[in-house]
Amino acid sequence: MFAQQAPAMSAGPAGTASSHAIQHRVSPYEDNGGTSVAIAGEDYAIIAADTRQSEGYLINSRYAPKAFQLSESSVVSCCGFYGDATALVTYLKQQMEIYQFNHDKPMPTPALAQLLSITLYRKRFFPYYVHNILAGLDAEGKGCIYNYDPVGSFERYKYQASGSGVALIQPFLDNMVGFKNTSLQDNPPFLPLDKALQLVKDAFTSATERDIYTGDQVEIFIITRDGVRKETYDLKKD
Amino acid sequence: MVRSRCCTNSPSSFRNQYDNDISTFSPHGRLHQIEYALEAVKQGSACVGIKSDRFVVLVALQRQGGELASYQKKVVKLDGHMGISFAGLTSDARVLSNYLRSECMRHKMTFSRPLPTYRASHRYGSRPYGVGFLIAGHDAAGPHLYEFSPAGNCLDYVAHAIGSRAQSARTYLEKHVAEFATSSVADLIRHGLGALRETMPSDKDLTVENVAIAVVGVTENPSDEATIAAFPHMRKEDGFVAFHALSREEVDRHLKAHQQTAGTGAAAAGGDAPAAAAGEAMDTSE
Repeated sequence: MFAQQAPAMSAGPAGTASSHAIQHRVSPYEDNGGTSVAIAGEDYAIIAADTRQSEGYLINSRYAPKAFQLSESSVVSCCGFYGDATALVTYLKQQMEIYQFNHDKPMPTPALAQLLSITLYRKRFFPYYVHNILAGLDAEGKGCIYNYDPVGSFERYKYQASGSGVALIQPFLDNMVGFKNTSLQDNPPFLPLDKALQLVKDAFTSATERDIYTGDQVEIFIITRDGVRKETYDLKKD
Repeated sequence: MVRSRCCTNSPSSFRNQYDNDISTFSPHGRLHQIEYALEAVKQGSACVGIKSDRFVVLVALQRQGGELASYQKKVVKLDGHMGISFAGLTSDARVLSNYLRSECMRHKMTFSRPLPTYRASHRYGSRPYGVGFLIAGHDAAGPHLYEFSPAGNCLDYVAHAIGSRAQSARTYLEKHVAEFATSSVADLIRHGLGALRETMPSDKDLTVENVAIAVVGVTENPSDEATIAAFPHMRKEDGFVAFHALSREEVDRHLKAHQQTAGTGAAAAGGDAPAAAAGEAMDTSE
């Protein structure tokens, strides 16, 4: 964040430095890399994120999780600037506690989706530098995924990837989960949980091969009406 | 500030002249506004708090606004480790509960640990709050029971009761105080119900509607089968039982257990003995 591009001092003839002013910049943001994938099924939602945190070519940590469980039915992943990710999640957790106090019940995922949107837009002119995906179950118990941009624009999807590996994974999901450009695309069949889980694992192993910012470990959260289950798998560390 | 001069009937009572403003002392050195606020607490229905070595229990009487009305909720959770019961102005209780909840959150965010029970305190606006709290909490130093009065005092207790006819409850608690430290949660609740019963008129009784019970603490053997069954809210790693209000079924169970032990002897007499005892207790307090 701070080792920024310092403009070169312009020098005049040997021994004399230039006298004009040089502007120094410090960026409040940093890209800590990482990838996230989410799939919504008939009665489940899966959301996964790798655990590598990097800064340029350096690895800060091999275990810095990017997916956070907020309740018994909601998990959010935040890819981008890790400082903003943790601050945002702290705020969301507090808002959920307040919701529980005021409504005497846990905050449902669709309500949290709207809350996350207005929270992000509130900082429209100094945004949270994160791409969020929220996963949970809707009011009917069906899996739901919401994808966000850094300032809160959101939409519900059946599957979505985000982060540094998005370009590698999203087309794969379009084909394997959305059945796009296949003979099944008009009537996509029901995707069972175990198949979706295998797809998510494959997505990560493939992204790890080509994306330097993705790797080390992946944490996969599986949300069903029985609660949230977490599975962890190793990824290549190079 | 223009104050209308009320007539003073007797030279020894300066109440009317010095009771309009919270910040005005009377010549006797009293703040009458605070004393009036304390009276508001005594109007509210009673609540009882008892602590042992490991747990704190709050048992409160929930008043019904009329035959058609609901019962006033008397137990408020502030955070995982802390909650209150109150007596007095319900609206003031709500305002203060919201304030204390946000204080708990703020402290957790700043210091990365739960707010210690004794650090929760009243904040003052234009008048004192007309509500008293019993705060039950559990932190690294163990279980705590505090009373917060409108006077702003925070007092540490082993057992206490506030609200209407609370003196009768306190008399009961004083009688049994030696038992509390090593009591089980069920026994603490039984004593709480016993103390609460003392504050009621003889023709009324404790029911599952008008009683609220809350519990917070740490169990001794978290891996014990019976303990796990008895405390569904317990955190298995360390036996911590977060502050929670008991469900209707659990309250019912405790009430039945209390009625069995309290009713022995009196049940045969058809309720005469408890009525007489309650009457006695009320006489001493009035």
